[in-house]
Amino acid sequence: MKRIQLPLTKEVIQTLRVGEKVYLNGPMVTGRDAAHRRLVETLDRGEALPISLDGMTIFYVGPSPARPGQIIGSAGPTTSYRMDDYTPRLLEEGLLGMIGKGRRSSLVRQAIREHGAVYFAALGGAGALAAQAIVSAEVIAYPDLGAEAIHALEVKDFPVVVAVDATGASVYEREEGARV
Amino acid sequence: MREINVAKVREAVEAMCIEANLALTKDVQLAMKNAAETETNPLAKEVLEDLIKNERVASELKVPICQDTGMAVVFVDLGQEVALAGGSLEEAIHAGVRLGYEKGYLRKSVVKSPITRVNTKDNTPAVIHYRVVEGDQIRLRFAPKGFGSENMGRLGMLKPSDGREGVLEFVVDTVKKAGPNACPPLVIGVGVGGTMEKACLLAKEQLLRNVGEPAAEEEARELEEELMERIEALDIGPQGFGGKTTALAVHAALFPTHIAGLPVCVNINCHVARHRERVI
Ligand code: SF4
Repeated sequence: MKRIQLPLTKEVIQTLRVGEKVYLNGPMVTGRDAAHRRLVETLDRGEALPISLDGMTIFYVGPSPARPGQIIGSAGPTTSYRMDDYTPRLLEEGLLGMIGKGRRSSLVRQAIREHGAVYFAALGGAGALAAQAIVSAEVIAYPDLGAEAIHALEVKDFPVVVAVDATGASVYEREEGARV
Repeated sequence: MREINVAKVREAVEAMCIEANLALTKDVQLAMKNAAETETNPLAKEVLEDLIKNERVASELKVPICQDTGMAVVFVDLGQEVALAGGSLEEAIHAGVRLGYEKGYLRKSVVKSPITRVNTKDNTPAVIHYRVVEGDQIRLRFAPKGFGSENMGRLGMLKPSDGREGVLEFVVDTVKKAGPNACPPLVIGVGVGGTMEKACLLAKEQLLRNVGEPAAEEEARELEEELMERIEALDIGPQGFGGKTTALAVHAALFPTHIAGLPVCVNINCHVARHRERVI
């Protein structure tokens, strides 16, 4: 069982190989379509972001509401390609890790390689299981977005598969080989 | 005439919203179990076992199986000998969705305008398909639809000369393009024939069938079998990490069409293939 401590560092990312299953531990933030759009619009206006992306890992998730006594509801990944247009801009801001599901564009894979970042896949449709690895959750930005608000999460042995490693190789492009 | 109060419809819809999102029906559970047993790729097998575990955890802890608890799709077969009482049927269905999503701690994923995109905050409106049928009962079928898989669906207005092979290729190509995005293993609904919207409605309705029950009609059944074989060969596998379990089932239906056309619609569902039914 390979445990990875968050926040990530470029050195740690270099040790990750595509297709490998690892367990994440530490802090991350959530963000999906609407939050990405706002973050990039904020940067385009030259304003400061409400959260620091430096070394951060972002989990593409819009959790279901928590029942009383639960930390979070169901919390599995959403499909990542919808974030592709925004991702290179966030990588420039120091973002190092992303968690979602499904393919990324060649532009995103190229940006991942340039920045020495990594893209993990969590199990799509396994939100109940994912929630068991989340030990705390708190909304830290854009509360008006509801499920799409940015949450700070703390995870313990959160299972993921390395989907695009720092060389830009993708677990989904097996037949065509590891190409960008 | 048999009088039915629409409050009964509201209650049924409310209950189905919650049940569907917290547990899968037996047919889907069995299909997943069979897939995990017969899958030979080790990572794929592990993924399938995790997905089965996820569903168990969801039911035990009353946490939705998937955080995308979907847009509510309701098929209503209204018996022509039913006299509805107690107000609007349509309103009763929306109210059932509103209550179910609130009480079940389900995610509200609907925006009022597709352009300005402000959340309606109660997961309404539902998408409702009505049909008037013989009899004095109301049959309600409910399927919350997640959009990871919904976004991967496609409509093809093929030429008659494309023929059966054209249909097969279009479906396989759609699955290939969907790949990991739609959360495989998939349930694939295929509608062939009719007009544009008829093909799509048929495809959607196939997702409400029990997984693994072959079509009654021979022509459709043969399409299903051949499609399953070709899809298995794609090596997409659970979550797209490889393996033979790309689809749990293909459900196809045919309908007469125009001399000039061959519409094909593919509506994809994920492994969280939620579908419920109540008869009042
Ligand atoms: S496609 Fe299905 S399993 Fe995947 S996130 Fe959407 S609803 Fe959940």
